[in-house]
Amino acid sequence: MNISVRNAEAFEFTPENLKWAAGQLAKYPASRKQSAVMPLLTKAQEQNNGWISVPVMEYIADMLEMPYIRVQEVVTFYTMYRQKPVGKHVIEVCTTTPCWLRGSDDVVAACKDELGIGFGETTADGEFTLLEVECAGACVNAPVIAYKEEYYEDLDNDSTRKFIRAIKNGDIIAPGPQTTDRHKSAPQGGPTTLKEFCATPGGDS
Amino acid sequence: MPTLKIDGIEVEVEGGATVLQACEAAGVEIPRFCFHERLSISGNCRMCLVEMEKAPKLIASCAMPAGEGMIIHTNSDKVKRGREGVLEFTLMNHPLDCPVCDQGGECDLQDQYIAYSGDDARYEDERRIVAKEDFGPLIKTVMTRCIHCTRCVRFADEIAGVPALGGIGRGDHMEITTYQEQPFASELSGNVVDLCPVGALTNKPYAFSARPWELKSTETIDVHDAMGSSIRADARGREVMRFLPRVHEDVNEEWISDKTRQAVDGLKYNRLDQPYIRRDGKMQPASWEEAFEAISAKLKGVKGDKIAGIVGDLCDLESMYAFKGLLNDLGSSALECRQDGAKYGGRHRAGYLFNTGISGIDEADACLLVGTNPRKEAAVLNIRLRYLAKRGVIASVGAVENLTYPAVHLGDTVRALEDLLAGKGKFAKSLKAAKKPMIILGAGAVSHPDGAAVLKLAHDIADKYGMISKDWNGFNVLHHAASRVGAMDLGLVSDKGMDGILDGAEKGDINIVFNLGVDEIDLSRLEKAFVIYQGSHGDEGVKYADVILPGVAYTEKPGTYINMEGRVQKAQRVIFGPGEAREDWTILRALSEKLGSRLPYDTIAQLREKMQADYPHFANIDQLPNEDWPESFGVAGKTSDAPITNLIDDFYQTNPIARSSKVMAECRQAYEGAKFEAEAMVTNG
Amino acid sequence: MLADKDRIFTNLYGYQSWQLDAAKKRGDWDNTKDIIEKGVDWIVNEMKSSGLRGRGGAGFPTGLKWSFMPRESDGRPHYLVVNADEGEPGTCKDREIMRHDPHKLLEGCLVAGFGMRAEAAYIYIRGEFVHEANVLDAAIEEAYAAGLIGENACGTGYKFDIYVHRGAGAYICGEETALIESIEGKKGQPRLKPPFPANVGLYGCPTTVNNVESIAVAPTILRRGGAWFAGLGRENNTGTKLFCISGHVNKPCNVEEEMGIPLKELIEKHAGGVRGGWDNLLAIIPGGSSVHMLPKDVCDTVLMDFDSLRDEGSGLGTAAVIVMDKSTDIVRAIARLAAFYHHESCGQCTPCREGTGWMSRIMDRMVTGEAELSEIDLLLDVTKKIEGHTICALGDAAAWPIQGLFRHFRPEVERRILEYKKSRNAA
Ligand SMILES: Cc1cc2nc3c(=O)[nH]c(=O)nc-3n(C[C@H](O)[C@H](O)[C@H](O)COP(=O)(O)O)c2cc1C
Ligand code: SF4
Ligand code: FES
Repeated sequence: MNISVRNAEAFEFTPENLKWAAGQLAKYPASRKQSAVMPLLTKAQEQNNGWISVPVMEYIADMLEMPYIRVQEVVTFYTMYRQKPVGKHVIEVCTTTPCWLRGSDDVVAACKDELGIGFGETTADGEFTLLEVECAGACVNAPVIAYKEEYYEDLDNDSTRKFIRAIKNGDIIAPGPQTTDRHKSAPQGGPTTLKEFCATPGGDS
Repeated sequence: MPTLKIDGIEVEVEGGATVLQACEAAGVEIPRFCFHERLSISGNCRMCLVEMEKAPKLIASCAMPAGEGMIIHTNSDKVKRGREGVLEFTLMNHPLDCPVCDQGGECDLQDQYIAYSGDDARYEDERRIVAKEDFGPLIKTVMTRCIHCTRCVRFADEIAGVPALGGIGRGDHMEITTYQEQPFASELSGNVVDLCPVGALTNKPYAFSARPWELKSTETIDVHDAMGSSIRADARGREVMRFLPRVHEDVNEEWISDKTRQAVDGLKYNRLDQPYIRRDGKMQPASWEEAFEAISAKLKGVKGDKIAGIVGDLCDLESMYAFKGLLNDLGSSALECRQDGAKYGGRHRAGYLFNTGISGIDEADACLLVGTNPRKEAAVLNIRLRYLAKRGVIASVGAVENLTYPAVHLGDTVRALEDLLAGKGKFAKSLKAAKKPMIILGAGAVSHPDGAAVLKLAHDIADKYGMISKDWNGFNVLHHAASRVGAMDLGLVSDKGMDGILDGAEKGDINIVFNLGVDEIDLSRLEKAFVIYQGSHGDEGVKYADVILPGVAYTEKPGTYINMEGRVQKAQRVIFGPGEAREDWTILRALSEKLGSRLPYDTIAQLREKMQADYPHFANIDQLPNEDWPESFGVAGKTSDAPITNLIDDFYQTNPIARSSKVMAECRQAYEGAKFEAEAMVTNG
Repeated sequence: MLADKDRIFTNLYGYQSWQLDAAKKRGDWDNTKDIIEKGVDWIVNEMKSSGLRGRGGAGFPTGLKWSFMPRESDGRPHYLVVNADEGEPGTCKDREIMRHDPHKLLEGCLVAGFGMRAEAAYIYIRGEFVHEANVLDAAIEEAYAAGLIGENACGTGYKFDIYVHRGAGAYICGEETALIESIEGKKGQPRLKPPFPANVGLYGCPTTVNNVESIAVAPTILRRGGAWFAGLGRENNTGTKLFCISGHVNKPCNVEEEMGIPLKELIEKHAGGVRGGWDNLLAIIPGGSSVHMLPKDVCDTVLMDFDSLRDEGSGLGTAAVIVMDKSTDIVRAIARLAAFYHHESCGQCTPCREGTGWMSRIMDRMVTGEAELSEIDLLLDVTKKIEGHTICALGDAAAWPIQGLFRHFRPEVERRILEYKKSRNAA
């Protein structure tokens, strides 16, 4: 990338995010500003339509007084930082063994079919990006899709299609298990333990 | 002081040593790629695995602190298998292109392969290809060859202080690169070529120009700054092909600047290879006889006080000694070496030396820089100042520039020094508290219009803040001219200074000026005088010359130099000069004969003998002097508000050789505007 | 079976609110001041006597680990770092603690932090757990507001802060020193040891890294006494443990059980049994993806704890039980894990950086049979050349599943290779 492109699209935090950034910096010793690079990049990515551009990197580097290359190292090391533009809706499908054992192939097929794209691609209208991810850490609720801030679990081909169509329609889908009526990571049909505690629902998250 | 047993050999090592170092102490060589004595330990190549009794796994010896009673095996089967495995992984994605690789014959990986790899290549999948990276004009990259030892990255961060390199990506996608194709804009960048254990980073200007076995190596001394770095010059036939550093722990450790290394092509271009005489306003080729005749005719009957002589920045002691002899015989006493107009005098040696010694910086814990950017004036010395900045505090008076470390800026006028002497400001407290404080005056300080006052203030600051004691002298002048200390020792200074000569020439009081390699002054001021230029390059100095005598460059003659510390070192002849160019002292000796007052020596040995008789300390090769601290030097006086500036603004263009180098010109262009870090980080206190 | 009264994570499934008042009703933050006032030594000793071994995978005794923190401060602050990176395939227990029982973790941070003279805890949570991080943040806010942590934590005069640091997608950041690097704002590349974090950890200061579960069980242990915890499970393998049962079971779930519960009982009681019945079982990976798999006959009887599984050449790891029935393409299951480790290698040290890719590429060919028989031994040799030669344990973790596959299913791979050759010859 040459210099003229780098200077083309400027980036700067909104006042609100700037305040938030100050709060993040306060978590770390004053001489350790660099510690805030990950949260700040995450926030900047959010503000920058889901990806980290060169001006974003340099803005954060200047803010934290870090060499640019150190920021680029971070950006390229962690998979959640995206180095090119993405669609409005980023669908992340876990395909690691526990999810695969429970049918992530079907979920992947449904996604590819519904969206008409493969992994790492964005639909022509810029609406969807489909990504393959490694173990999402929700294996007893496999297969899993991560979307926005939530996990969509216990998926199969049909429920995946339904899920994607709902996004297309602008509907809101409740996260959690999609094909079962089980409660979070309790076994289907109700818990085998702690029945007393589980009898008094009041959970809100 | 732990004692270990290495392959049955008992060794005692210093506390803090690693197992690898203990093995070396026991005479056992340990293969390594990532480990390097002068860099932090990364322990990532895994080549240095050894077996430690009681440890379940092999250990990386480079990263393991030596401990009392450790029992180490370096040649067990387990170790051998471990290293074979590591080597196989290292080679897996390394191209087998040794025949076309510039590192061929000088490659650590090639050596290890011969030592450790039994297996045929068992890896059959495709090898990784990595795109070319652009590190700038000096470093050629073939990143497919990179083995991710990270030596270059650590060098950039820790030694160069220019954090331009990094490893981006993860796992086997990791690539060593600069930020967004910016060049590695450090004055020390070339050292990564020496550090890279494979052929990923090689010397770009030197690429494909020679194979190691065709070269004849000569150990010599560098002249591009006043450090006197130890170098090795590799020549093929009558051409110097490249320079490499040699280790000198007290001077350059094992680093050299990019100018030292890469101005080598400047030795080829723009050379004066025969005498010239100005005829009808134009410089025309002439024979030695004609040139000497022209000088002799001009000098006839001219009184000594109408004659001046100036020496330049790259001269060796022998030529300056002969020069002085010749001019003295002509009756001239207007001799000068301070091209930059420095105000120090020749009376007190401690007043113009880097008394602390270059390696003495390692003991200092506070430092005041005045009118200097050591990064440009002595790039390798600046490395030690960076480490000092980590231990202690550095402040500066003068222009604010990126030094690669933070410095507290005290102001840019002489007032800042007056205030400091008066004990004002926070830095005064730091200096007071320091155990071994030092002050460094650069050319910008000593050549300031109030330079004499600056010297006096610096002297008194040194006294006041405990910079002078029995075993510590914290007063330093940082020179950038290789010839300067020698010239000062020879007394090539006149009362009226450089301006006296230039004014004299303008006014007609001085009619004849003999310039020995003088290219850094405003030569137009000599327009009225008859100017003799003796030197190696057709640079600034020839523009107003009437007679040109072709001398040779520093690689083409044996010569003695005294570095800024006062350390006497001998340089060797690497090759012979071009055409009719001659060793400088022989020219002067021949000319003296022509002028009828033959200098009293016929060989360089005789010259040196005489010179040492006159200046006994010239015989103290490679020793650090210990000069008495005088009561006073410099001149107290009223000072102005004229800002103190740094004299060198373009590191790549400081002398005729560098200015003749195409490579240096390229650097200057390529690095302009290189942007890789927040400037605030290094310039804020 | 473990009695409900001995279960620590009573809101494991989130039937109840995670919030402070609900948590208090469940017994959290109950007179924490009392625990703290018993002093550092008491806390560490009680933890030691509980026999708790780290729940992050390595099983290092927790009390002992805390006792490594310097007794006298040399002026550097001490830190507790909570490992909530939860990335080991099969593992999803810390997530439940954080989204449903965050106050257990926070109270744990306080008592553990006090036990190691720490001035703050950083909870490093994997970046994908956005919801969980939000819950944690909200719970921390509640705890500050209630004076449970902060300037004068629980009215003890002890100042203690808790911060959440979010990761951004890197399994390796679960390795404790990579995690520390990551908090420092760098690539998550493991550090060389020594020095160990207890001497030189976060910001160069004494630091202890513990798994979420290890920390979250601490308050209950300290309240009910180390002896209570030690009374559960077996010697050297005490207490209760969260198990994650995934893969080919009828009812995948998380469950808290007693250490040493037979694997078969665990699956049949809580996860509705193996799909198609126990006899349909092919193999189980009992401790997260990094351990050797167990063939059915071992699964029949093995107990779920550190020592029993070690004796079978495997490990308890994170107690994530990945069940594979007879329909499983076992070669592909392991090939997918090889791809995982290849993807997650940090790239720092040579054997792992180069070797994980090499193994993954060979494994991919083994899935289709498109390989040579001799490559099996080559592959095993490669695993041996990685194992034990790397900076961190990811190299070992990448090697072991493959070794496990060939230990138990080598004939299956050989069959595929021969079959592939045959089909090629026929064509
Ligand atoms: C590659 C790798 C990944 C790891 N991931 C995790 C993890 O996600 N969570 C965790 O608690 N420990 C993980 N660990 C183990 C940690 O290094 C460390 O042992 C643990 O956090 C210590 O906590 P404990 O003593 O409470 O178990 C991992 C280790 C390695 C080598
Ligand atoms: S074993 Fe792998 S993950 Fe661990 S340090 Fe080495 S390269 Fe990084
Ligand atoms: S030299 Fe020790 S790991 Fe590289």
